[in-house]
Order: sequence, then C-alpha cells, then structure tokens
Amino acid sequence: MKRYNHILILIAAVAGVQVLTAVLGKQFYLTQLTMTAYYCIAIVGLTLLMGFAGQISLGHAGFFAIGGYTSAVLTTLDLSQFKDSSIVSLLAKLFIVTSRQDLYGGQVLSFNPWAAFIIAIGLTLVIAYIIGIPVLKLKGHYLAMATLGFGTIIYSIVLGTQRFGAADGISSVPAFTLLPGLAVSGNTEFRVRNYYLAWTLVIGVMVLLINLINSRVGRALRAIHGAEDAAGAMGVDTARFKLNTFILSAALASMAGVFLTHYNGGIGPSEASIMKSVRYVAIVSVGGMGSLWGTLIMSTTLTFLSLRGYFGTFDDAVFGAILIVIMLFSPQGILQFDVKALLKKLLRKKE
Amino acid sequence: MFLELFFQYLVAGLTYGTIYAIVGIGFNIVYNTTGIINFAQGEFVMLGGMIAVSLHSLLPLPIAIAAAVVLTMAIGALIEMTFIRWLVKPAVLRMIIITIGISILVREAALHLWGESVRSLPYFTGNEISAFSFGGVRVSPQVLWTLGICSVIVISLNLFFKYTMLGREMRACASNRDAAALCGIPTRNMVTLSFALAAGIGALAGAVVSPITQTSYSIGTGLAIKGFTVAILGGLGNSMAAVAAGFILGILESFSIWVMPTAYKDAIAITILLAMLFVRPSGLFGNKEAFRLKDF
Repeated sequence: MKRYNHILILIAAVAGVQVLTAVLGKQFYLTQLTMTAYYCIAIVGLTLLMGFAGQISLGHAGFFAIGGYTSAVLTTLDLSQFKDSSIVSLLAKLFIVTSRQDLYGGQVLSFNPWAAFIIAIGLTLVIAYIIGIPVLKLKGHYLAMATLGFGTIIYSIVLGTQRFGAADGISSVPAFTLLPGLAVSGNTEFRVRNYYLAWTLVIGVMVLLINLINSRVGRALRAIHGAEDAAGAMGVDTARFKLNTFILSAALASMAGVFLTHYNGGIGPSEASIMKSVRYVAIVSVGGMGSLWGTLIMSTTLTFLSLRGYFGTFDDAVFGAILIVIMLFSPQGILQFDVKALLKKLLRKKE
Repeated sequence: MFLELFFQYLVAGLTYGTIYAIVGIGFNIVYNTTGIINFAQGEFVMLGGMIAVSLHSLLPLPIAIAAAVVLTMAIGALIEMTFIRWLVKPAVLRMIIITIGISILVREAALHLWGESVRSLPYFTGNEISAFSFGGVRVSPQVLWTLGICSVIVISLNLFFKYTMLGREMRACASNRDAAALCGIPTRNMVTLSFALAAGIGALAGAVVSPITQTSYSIGTGLAIKGFTVAILGGLGNSMAAVAAGFILGILESFSIWVMPTAYKDAIAITILLAMLFVRPSGLFGNKEAFRLKDF
C-alpha cells in the first residue's frame, strides 16, 4: 500500500489548495489550476513514453489537438439541415446527436459531447496506431524528427483548414455534461466542481500509471529503456510494448485536449504548435525523466506559473532555458539535483 | 506559355533548393564531427539575415554581410563552447533536447532584439522588378546572386575539405575521432570549427536570399525541418548529395503549387522526410550497409 501514500498526499494537497483559496478569497486561481490539471494529464502520459519506454515524442501537442479539435468540431457542427436524413435521425435516436440551445437561443443539432469524446479518443487511437508502427522503429534523432514532423503536419492542417477555424480556432464549444449536475465548462458558478473534477481525473490517471509501471509492463518498459536489444533477447516484445505505450500516452494527451477544450469553451491552433510539444518535453525533463511524481510537481508548478502569466513575454524563453539548464547540469531532473556532487566537481577542478 | 511557366517554377524551385541545400550541408558538417543533429541549424540562417539587415543601416552592403557572417560564426562557436564542448559522451536524447533548447533561446533573443517585423536586405543589383530574360523566362538578378554565391559556397567547401590541412583534419575527425586525436589533431577545436563553419555558411545563405524570401525571427524552425529533410534525403553525412536533394525538394515544392493549395506547401517536406525515414533512412544516395554501422 506504500505506493498510494503519495496519492493520499496529492488528495490532501488538492483539497487543501481549494480550502486555502476559499479562505483567502482567491477562487480565481482555481481556473488556472483546473487548466493546469488537464495539461498535467498530457504531460504525465508523455512521461510514461519518454521516461519509462525511453522514446521521445516531439509531436505530443498534435495528439492533444486531435482530441480537442475532434470534440470541438463535432459538438459545434450544426446538423439541423440534415434532420430528415436517415443517418442523422438514426444517430439522434441513439442520442449520439442531440439537440441543444446555442448561445443565441437557436436550436442546433450536434453531436453529444460524450459521443464526440468517444469518437475523439477512438480517432486518436487509430492515428497513434498508424503513426506509431513506422515511427517507433526509428531511434534517436530520427525518432525525434519524425515525431516533430507529425506535430508540424497536424499544426499546418489545423492552421490551413477553414473547417478548423484556421488561425482563429473554434469557439463556443458547449459544456460537456459528464453526469447530471457535473459539467465540464468554464462557467464560474461551477468553478470548484470543475477543479475537483479535473484533479480527480489526474488522480485517476496517476493511480493507473503507478500500477502500470509497477507491473510486468513497467518492468518490460524499463528494460527497453535500459537496453532495447537486451530486452528483446530476454523475450520482451519490444515493438509491441513501445507501440502500446505510445498509444496510451497519445490517448491521455487527447483526453486532456477534449476536457480542456470543453473547459475553455474553445481551442486554437497554438495548442497544436511545436512550441507546445517542446514545452511538454521540457517539463518531463525537469521532472526527471522516469519520475511520475517529479513530473507532476514540476508540471503543476510551471504550467500554473505560465498560465498566470508570470513569465510575461519570456514564456517560451523560460522553457527553452529550462531545457538547456536541466539537460546540462542535471539530466535526472531538478528534484534529483545533486548539489554535493556538483560542488565536489567544481572544487576538484580548482585544485 | 506552358513551357515558360514551367521554367519559372523551376527557377523558383532552384532558388529555394539552394538554401535548403546549404542548411542541409550545415547539418552534415556538424553531424560528421560530433554525431549530433544540431536542431538550431535553421537559426543561423535567420541570424545571418537579421544581423546583415541591421548592420546594413551603418555599413555598405558587402561589409555588412561579411560582418554578419563573422558574427554568426562567432555565435555558432560560442554556442558550441558553452553548451556542448564539455559534455563527455552525452546521450543522443540529451543532445537533441539541448539543441532544441538552444534554438528556442536564439529565436526568443531575436524576437526581443528585432521584434516580429519582417525584414530584408535590398537587392544586390537592380531592384524588385528588374529581370534578365532567358528566352521568355524572366529571372531576377537576385536569383542569380543566390545561385552563384551558394555554388561558390559548395565548391569552396569541397576544396576546403579536400585540399587544405584544416579540412583534412576535420574529415579525419569525422571518420574516427579517437584515431584523429591520437594523430595529434585537436578534435575538440575541430568540433568548434565545424559549428562555426555551419553557422557561417548558413548566415551567408540567409543574407543572400533575404531580398527574395525576407527574414523574420521565426523562420529558423521551418528551415531546420527542410534542411534536415534534405540531409536525410541525400543521406546523412553526405554533403554533396545534400545539394542534389535540396534541388529535388525545392523543385517539388515549387511545382506543388500547381496541384495543391499553398497552405499545404510545407507539408511536402515533412511527408518526404517521413517517407524517407520509414522506407530508406540511408538516403537516396546513401549506402545501406554503411548506414547500418552508424550510431544514432
């Protein structure tokens, strides 16, 4: 049960922060903290891929965007004019397509957010599978460039397609009603509920991943990270494990994309940009590749600071600097930073 | 008319192709001596153009460009000395992340220094509308300048690597670093030199092409992806093949406008890149056997 101690601390921290903001009257922090939670899901998923399977992905924002955009397109699509077609009426009977009121009070017929969510995840799984098979055969620079290429293609598709709102993105995405009384939306009335919902998801993902890395799968992944050929020789199906990890982390990124899109009520092309992917990689590096908790802590801190705008116009530069400094001085992550060893090294040089 | 249009696209393709080739050669030079893909390669092209434009307000054009090239070379060497020189056998993943970090920092520094505006040098001779006519095909003088200077770069690089002592030392370093060190070649200095050289040719190309393509702080990433595509297409480490690959990519891109919306033009390079990586990562002109022995 020791592995759940951290989870308990996390639950306490989540509740503690909420109480603190309520006491101090600074509930507005909860909005950014909710968004932070969704980014954390994507980043923790990337940790599984980078830290445990040892495969870099410079295109993870692409999966985030696939989730967000699929959901946004389907839930804002107006099918009213096809009301009488047999497919749409069948979908309506299955509650896949439902009628709702838009911002201006008119009736629109569009996909139910649940259906859109499932389609988005399904689409991500298919794309991750198709991309993953060839990409994961590559190593090192080639893998980095291929995933970067994938991210760039998604970005240019999103930016160049009118249906996806081009540079403006898609706005007025409806709320995602998970259960009656519990909807993912930016409505300030439900801020506290959304905060707890988002962090409950994070906790769920953490529990899932902790169990995964402490299982046979986790050991296999670490073996692949350590020495892929050796792992293969010991009977680990390296290709399959790498692919499954890739697909799982893509699905997590996509899920985060769907939820954040509904929470923000929209999505823009910047979510698909290379800089976003690089930022995820930066945070995974700072957290210490291969440490879920380290990544979660750093991702919460950095994403929150960035969303609150503390980095000002140096937002991207901060993440670039973080990447370099961490990789130069402490490739094991900031929490593992060994001050003593560094001092020893410096002193020895002077002698 | 059809034929004229054909040649017009061809010339445009060649112009862009030379720039891609130069970036690709830059990748190869650094890769050969260090085994690192320098993701910041495209930023050197941006720096060359931007510095030349800034200096041109004070200095005459040729001196401004020369100064920009020297400055960018210094920046390239400085980057290598601060970030890469003292790392002992770094893992590939670590180097990828460091060079990406460098490219972000350079870009952000450029953004804060020069802002978001798009700049360009004046045409070296003539102006925007002057053109030579070759049997109906109109070619801007700047295109000739670009093609000419880039050819000079490629030829002199070739001569440098073949016939000068320094060039031979760099090649020795590329084929076997330990053996080169045993022969008394200062391998670390060769690495610094390769960064400076890659930065220098990138900067020169960036300055020469800026009247046609214009330059802004953000052009580096796109050029890096295309340069890398070219390097892979030709076979990583093979500089001359990169030239041919550069022309192929440039021409394909320029003819793509006939069949596709321009918004998707950039996707061609990436599609080629992905296809090459999946099907034949040793490159069009590369040797499959030799490729397998290389370490990534």
